Amino acid sequence: MNTNLTVNGRPHALDLDTRVTLLDALRDQLKLTGSKKGCDHGQCGACTVLVNGQRINACLSLAVMHDGDEITTVEGLSSDGRSPLQAAFVRHDGMQCGYCTPGQLCSATAVLDEIARGWPSHVSADLEGPVELTREELAERMSGNICRCSCYPGISKAILSVAEDGTVHREAAE
Amino acid sequence: MSVGKPLPHDTAPLHVTGAARYVDDIPAPANTLHLAFGLSTVARGVLNGVDLTKVRAAPGVVAVMCADDLPFANDVSPSIHDEPLLATDRVHFVGQPVFLVVATSHLAARKAARLATFDITEETPILTVDEALAADSRFEDGPVIWSKGAAADAIARAPHRVEGTMEVGGQEHFYLEGQAALALPQDGGEMVVHSSTQHPTEIQHKVAEALGLPMHAVRVEMRRMGGGFGGKESQGNALAVACSVAARATGRPCRMRYDRDDDMVITGKRHDLRIDYRAGFDDLGRLTGVDFRHLMRCGWSQDLSLPVADRAMLHADNAYLLDHVRIESHRLKTNTCSATAFRGFGGPQGMVGIERVMDHVAHALGLDPLKVRRANYYTDMAEDATEGGPSAPPQRSLGSSPPPEDISGKKKEADLTSRGGPDELNRVVVAEASGQTTPYGMAVTDFILNAMTERLADQSDYAARRAKVADWNATQPVLKRGIALTPVKFGISFTLTHLNQAGALVHVYQDGSVQVNHGGTEMGQGLYQKVAQVAAQAFGVGMEVVKVTATDTSKVPNTSATAASSGSDLNGMAVKIACDTIRDRIAACLAELHQVAPDTVVFAGGEVTVGGDTISFARAAQLTYESRVSLSATGYYKTPGLAWDRKRGQGRPFFYFAHGAACTEVVIDTLTGEYRILRTDILHDVGESLNPALDIGQIEGGYVQGAGWLTTEELVWDDRGRLRTHAPSTYKIPACGDRPEVFNVALWDGANREETIYRSKAVGEPPFMLGISALMALSDAVAACGPGYPALDAPATPERVLAAVDRVRRG
Repeated sequence: MNTNLTVNGRPHALDLDTRVTLLDALRDQLKLTGSKKGCDHGQCGACTVLVNGQRINACLSLAVMHDGDEITTVEGLSSDGRSPLQAAFVRHDGMQCGYCTPGQLCSATAVLDEIARGWPSHVSADLEGPVELTREELAERMSGNICRCSCYPGISKAILSVAEDGTVHREAAE
Repeated sequence: MSVGKPLPHDTAPLHVTGAARYVDDIPAPANTLHLAFGLSTVARGVLNGVDLTKVRAAPGVVAVMCADDLPFANDVSPSIHDEPLLATDRVHFVGQPVFLVVATSHLAARKAARLATFDITEETPILTVDEALAADSRFEDGPVIWSKGAAADAIARAPHRVEGTMEVGGQEHFYLEGQAALALPQDGGEMVVHSSTQHPTEIQHKVAEALGLPMHAVRVEMRRMGGGFGGKESQGNALAVACSVAARATGRPCRMRYDRDDDMVITGKRHDLRIDYRAGFDDLGRLTGVDFRHLMRCGWSQDLSLPVADRAMLHADNAYLLDHVRIESHRLKTNTCSATAFRGFGGPQGMVGIERVMDHVAHALGLDPLKVRRANYYTDMAEDATEGGPSAPPQRSLGSSPPPEDISGKKKEADLTSRGGPDELNRVVVAEASGQTTPYGMAVTDFILNAMTERLADQSDYAARRAKVADWNATQPVLKRGIALTPVKFGISFTLTHLNQAGALVHVYQDGSVQVNHGGTEMGQGLYQKVAQVAAQAFGVGMEVVKVTATDTSKVPNTSATAASSGSDLNGMAVKIACDTIRDRIAACLAELHQVAPDTVVFAGGEVTVGGDTISFARAAQLTYESRVSLSATGYYKTPGLAWDRKRGQGRPFFYFAHGAACTEVVIDTLTGEYRILRTDILHDVGESLNPALDIGQIEGGYVQGAGWLTTEELVWDDRGRLRTHAPSTYKIPACGDRPEVFNVALWDGANREETIYRSKAVGEPPFMLGISALMALSDAVAACGPGYPALDAPATPERVLAAVDRVRRG
């Protein structure tokens, strides 16, 4: 099935089996191997990418469903590899083995956007007002991205440091 | 100075852009084939045959292989050759590979692998330690028993006694990158293998055996793993061998990765066990005698179970001086996946036993468990016991260094690459007569936990918080708090003594750039960066000058697994020795040109100063090259002073001990059993840190992973031997919100008393056992609910905590 995907700003016309996941299309067809297959179940978050700015587990979504969509993978988060989050992950040791890092970064990028838009989460006390990126909000919103090296302190520090540079409130410095 | 700096991971910029390649990311040639195993659906039985008609006819299938199709060795065991790649006449567990599908895509191979019809005569499987004991199904002839003093008498005569049983669960590694391999056939039948492995030499060895080749015809390369944790010490053998035999059979590159569920079903995990204990003690809680029985569930093949069970015994004392102790260890053979190495390698299992005893004793006497622990500690040794300066590196480089690689080693029957083979060492060992010794007769000369505990108790405000917890629990009916401070003393060295060696190959190029290769593998622990720091330090150059290349069996041969926390100790030292050799050659060359003494040549700041002149390191390299002096050298290191007789359980298996202590506070909900870790304070001993940032990452991660093992990570097998928790949907791995809400980690500021690389200490495994404090804090919280002793099994899931609350309320 013909499917048009714009990935990291570049248009791609693909002929795909309807059962191919977005993750497999990215890794196998487009050779964008930054997105990882950790569990293939939507449980670990290593495959997280942005679709039209929102994060999804690419392993749980069929590629043909995304005809016309704008996809951003870790390779496309910045032109020079130094987005504020990317730089913060390096600075704060937000990784050990690095396998979850692409998913963590895509997820974190979307989290900051969600906060900026005032989208509440399961743990937000107030559904109407602006959302503050507290420790609890961060834990809830990043809970879909497992780091088996348990590098969570570094990951949290990295995300909070970027949030702090913006206007988002930071409750718990670690 | 590059050593001691908190530099980030060397490839951090590659990780944040997705450019860091793992095995399954390596571009493969267009005609590459993909593999999948057909797995046994039966835990135990006679394999009469397999109907593969539908498998062979499935779309995309190129070849199907059974045991009979293998050209040479059908064995992927790291120890006693009891683990066929493909099942022969019997099946031993649900998930055992029976046949191999080779197809044009990963999906085609996996789909076809499910189309087989097995003809298996089922037998009743042996699944539990009780069933294995009843059937006398075990490895080795009987239990291994080590003892010191007369435990039974001491316990009988003691003023007080406790006894109990503790079930301790296993643990799935869940390296985020699953097992993966890629085999590329070469000219003349040779093979190049990319394998996600902690042990490239073992992969080389097993592939060579499977192809009927000498080891020199197989090259294994490993740049990085997406996590290992011990799960890639032997468990990658099957994939690498399968890819290699399929590549040989088809003449095409072959690649394989396990789907996550397959990975969890097929590969081994941490050994679960039952610990039975009896202890006698005095009014202060000082143990007068203690007796342990370990029932280790090893699974269907031996793998590394013997040294794992040994290490559990070796850590049955943890930080405590035991005068009368007996440890009995049963290594039980069951029809489950073969339990294997996992961070700590049995040490955590042994340690949790004595910590449970301390907790139980304190409860029986109504004392603060920390007081009981400290009453039993070994004695700290005097500070001035160190020889040499705190950061003085050993002087090994000049002239006296051993030959680069020892090629004279006699071929033994035991598998030289293994960590689990029969121990052939017969050296008789006599413990040092003076001072305190472990249950296995090793003198404890570097103990520092009294001082560390004192400082941690102070920094974490333990006493005041313990009083607050008691106040809280006295007034709160639903939520109960608990706090515990537990120590870790972990022995560093492979207990199979010959594995304590490492090699390195270092090149300096004409432009002054340095390429380093060593036998260790990178799995996220930061080994490459630490080794690069060592090399930069040796040459007095910046980090940008040094590149560590992928681990490669053709560059450094006969490597040991990157395991036992030994990576930087062994490889860092080997690299330093190689660098020092080259530096000394450069110095000698320049000294001759300037007619000065070689020891006046100084390497610092990217420059070399000789006879009043200062030139760049690059210029120095150029001059040395032009003087026709080699700028390439190997380094070789072996850990000194080890002597271990495992049959008798006597000797010095460890070069030194690494220490740590953690204080954890938890809160439980007595209506649901749910809990949270509120605060954790850690003080950990890494000697003189090679890289504090990386070390703190290991400590934080180790703690969380250790706490996960003892709290939420539960493996469940059904009565047919099927693993029911084979995905992260049913197996709870700590997530972002599960780390302690307040998490303070500090490094102890003492140097290693032994001459390790820049007096640092190993850090990979020891912090894992800091997680025991979380279990003991839960026990403390449950104990606040009633008069009974919680006797918490592990993992202390909310269900178990709830049941324990009920138990203690009934007394």
